[in-house]
Amino acid sequence: MAGFPYFPHTEADVQSMLDRIGVKKVEDLYADVPKEFVKKGAYALPDAMSEPEVRAWMNGLAGMNARLKVFVGAGAYDHYTPSVIPYITSRSEFLTAYTPYQCEISQGTLRYIFEYQSMVCELTGMDISNASLYDGPTAAAEAMKMAVACTKKKTRVLLSQGLLPHVIKVVETYAKFHGVEIGYVPVMDGQTCPNCLKAELAKGDVAGLIAPEINRYGIVEDHTGFADALHAAKALLVEYCDPSTLAVIKSPAEWGADIAVGDGQSLGIPLCFGGPYVGFMGVKKEYMRKMPGRIVGQTTDKDGKRAYVLTLQAREQHIKREKATSNICSNESLMALWVTVYLSLMGPEGLREVNRISCDGAHYLKDALMATGQFEDPFPGKPFLKEFVLKPKKFPGMMQKRLEEAGYFAALDTEEGYVSFCVTEQRTKEEIDGLVQIVKEG
Amino acid sequence: MKYYDKLIFELSKEGRTGYSLPANRFPAAPELPVALRREASLDLPEVSEVDVVRHYTNLSQMNFGVDTGFYPLGSCTMKYNPKVNEEVAALPGFTGLHPLMHAGLTKGALKVYQEMNKALAAITGMEAFTFDPCAGAHGELTGLMIMRQYHMMRGDLKRTKVIVPDSAHGTNPASAAVCGLEIVEVKSLENGRVDVEALKPLLDETVAGMMMTNPNTLGLFETQIKEITELVHGIGGLMYYDGANMNPLMGVVRPGDMGFDIMHLNLHKTFSTPHGGGGPGSGPVGVAAHLVDCLPDIRVSGFHGNFGVILRAYAYILMLGKQNLKKVGQYSVLSANYIKECLKDAYKLPIEGVCKHEFVFDGLINDGAHDDVHGATTLDVAKRLLDFGFHAPTIYFPLLFHQALMIEPTETESKETIDAFIDVMHKIAEEAAEDPRILQEAPHNAPIKRPDETAAARNPILKFKDAQ
Amino acid sequence: MSKIIEGLKYSESHEWVKVEGNVAVIGVTDYAQAEMGDITYVDMPDVDDEVTAGEEFGALESVKAASDLYSPVSGKVVAVNEELDDAPEKVNEDAFENWIIKVEMSDASELDALMDAAAYKAQIGE
Repeated sequence: MAGFPYFPHTEADVQSMLDRIGVKKVEDLYADVPKEFVKKGAYALPDAMSEPEVRAWMNGLAGMNARLKVFVGAGAYDHYTPSVIPYITSRSEFLTAYTPYQCEISQGTLRYIFEYQSMVCELTGMDISNASLYDGPTAAAEAMKMAVACTKKKTRVLLSQGLLPHVIKVVETYAKFHGVEIGYVPVMDGQTCPNCLKAELAKGDVAGLIAPEINRYGIVEDHTGFADALHAAKALLVEYCDPSTLAVIKSPAEWGADIAVGDGQSLGIPLCFGGPYVGFMGVKKEYMRKMPGRIVGQTTDKDGKRAYVLTLQAREQHIKREKATSNICSNESLMALWVTVYLSLMGPEGLREVNRISCDGAHYLKDALMATGQFEDPFPGKPFLKEFVLKPKKFPGMMQKRLEEAGYFAALDTEEGYVSFCVTEQRTKEEIDGLVQIVKEG
Repeated sequence: MKYYDKLIFELSKEGRTGYSLPANRFPAAPELPVALRREASLDLPEVSEVDVVRHYTNLSQMNFGVDTGFYPLGSCTMKYNPKVNEEVAALPGFTGLHPLMHAGLTKGALKVYQEMNKALAAITGMEAFTFDPCAGAHGELTGLMIMRQYHMMRGDLKRTKVIVPDSAHGTNPASAAVCGLEIVEVKSLENGRVDVEALKPLLDETVAGMMMTNPNTLGLFETQIKEITELVHGIGGLMYYDGANMNPLMGVVRPGDMGFDIMHLNLHKTFSTPHGGGGPGSGPVGVAAHLVDCLPDIRVSGFHGNFGVILRAYAYILMLGKQNLKKVGQYSVLSANYIKECLKDAYKLPIEGVCKHEFVFDGLINDGAHDDVHGATTLDVAKRLLDFGFHAPTIYFPLLFHQALMIEPTETESKETIDAFIDVMHKIAEEAAEDPRILQEAPHNAPIKRPDETAAARNPILKFKDAQ
Repeated sequence: MSKIIEGLKYSESHEWVKVEGNVAVIGVTDYAQAEMGDITYVDMPDVDDEVTAGEEFGALESVKAASDLYSPVSGKVVAVNEELDDAPEKVNEDAFENWIIKVEMSDASELDALMDAAAYKAQIGE
């Protein structure tokens, strides 16, 4: 019998263990399973592969995917990943650990989560951060539930229609089953409409609003007066944000938000077809005990040494069971480490520089595209950073096809009939000029 | 493991940088309107690349992972995480894919999903899987949404209750509540199995379904599973399989064949993807044929779930193939029974008989209590294990026993490792009998001693600036 | 042996009530705080919230547990003990001295269903 690298059992080992247990063969250990449920015949699986075969097969599959220069954002951004990050996050002691239940031998995990929480608070300006959530859309869904839990007996949550489509869809799914009614605040003139918000609030029963700091058209929104209007109605303001951009635009705290959520992907996490990413959440101190997810706190050990532990666990599912605000048990720990290492390397100035290059590049691209005469600007003069939408004057299908053929993923169709573009610091002037040239030729 | 006492913020020095970005060759864009600009300070660390690498390397050395040593954490299936999985998941052809690229650009990725769907269906006996959920609890929630969706689509709106055994994972009630369902608990028998007679009166037309894990959280196979599924189906309810305990059934028993309609798998448990210190995981949800129509409307994560984790699990399945699948289940059960038999002379075994991949002791037989000396508890045993280079088992779960100590060895541990663990567990039991204080003061040589958790909860310090 | 004070009313769920006119002062018993161990947080309602006899109005939390508090009487919350926000340990130090909420009773006859000190003492088996 050929061995298998993940099973250390020799035949002699198996026999001596069976002898100690007092049964004849391994099958006897399943004697309590009704016979009809023991699978007969082979499983419909492929034959086992050796490691070189697995490597070749997976390389083949990876090769079937297009390798394009990414000029699309829409919730997943092709920012640069410093080499240090995969090096650190692939260290076995981080990678192969479980959730830090035994804190005495998990100080590594607990410390970086504490650092992560500190950085989320720094970026968002909020008082308290949890240890992370699955992704941005689920963080928004958790914020929706939290708004309802914090504003007794209110069951309606407003969503700005400027939120990215996938965020809206996930929040709607959670709301449907959680028994929360969703209302919508439309976008007027390129931003979440303040008067429409006031009209919705006047109808009553609103627990909160989720609004994007930068909306699906790439426009940096002005939320002046939002917090006051919501607080006057005893409702919460939830800001959905791209954390990378918070180095330069107003933080959720500066807008008066009660909860800040978003996706940490823009902090150096590879696109990877949508995951793993990491959701973040920061809240005002008064809502700390309604916040879902793990939280790490600082304390001391018996000898007075600084130590870190999971804390405020009485909020969580394993203690509160059906009364918990959320069913979340873990977090997205390794991705929180990813983001923490990224922010450590970039520092405040690096993050500002990422925004500067991306923003300057995006404006350069937009100006050049407008100069081709093939687009209308649906939101002239509106402030944006790395992302914008244009209205093509003719059907964009041919242009998109030729861009793909030339190695570009750009001009993504939106629900509104626009095409969207995004430029990060990874895109060069030559790439942008090349893109514009292809559009011109169309 | 050594103690290292720095936070990255404490290494910061103004003017240091750890990044390297291309020169900005674009004309300056117009400045943002003042009202939209950040005015608040941004006190992120300013450190060099070397600072960062040394700091996190030092932090990692205060951690214990599967690659460090034996990790018999019950219900968590801490098996070895193969390295080829990591290699293939890092291929640029996968990591560079934007999630909104259309099918023509992502043929390889879509094939991974198709092949995984086929493989998981073959392993579990389900019809189809959704890969959106990012964790086990997330899968559980999604599965319950599907359960509700099924009844809603049939116009059957009065089904608001879900039955769970009293031994269920703590997430079950929380997931049900988030999904707008009410929990009804059914008692277990003395032998640790669901009490079928107690189940019968709970079943009526308000029951949406029942959640079970089989083997259950005591590691025992629910021998009356056929009767239970027939009863629940008989009143129009659905059976949900919590896949947290799927490992012992790999290659031997399929949840679909036992009559389950919906289930989730934890790819980070059963399919060898690393736990990452608490995520990212992946919790795909499988459904039987009559529930496939309920899947499309349910969107629980941004794009396509945790693709990077799914890739790792796929590589594992390719390595296993049909030839090795059965060994996963068999060896996990063999190892658990072996440990149980070897240790039941020193630890209380509340329920005799064959277990599956894990089992539960109810504390020490002799905890060393005498006169005014308190006996050693399960917590003390767990902490003492750390001194010997083993991770602790799961403790104080399930709630059925006061001193629960739940041990799951998995199939990737050698007899030598397991024997070393057994020896240490015996040694700890002897220490307890002699002087329980040795255990009560443990760990003695971990990076920290036991921390003051009460102080942490009473005066929460949750970020660097709180601590200053 | 836990402390029990004569003259107070007690609920089966270990709350005590001191009647001051039409107001019920409510706390938890010494037995309850001892069972709970180190209390890390007292979850309390807001002033003006309505509470109902037999229904939960808050919770005690320790590091590893949460225990719901049930109101012995119905009525409107007129005061909460804000000192406990910053110092939950006061409940451990003296559970009778450190009340949790004061309720303006809507039906004083509900008090009749509660136990006296002797009956409560019997319940906790002391």
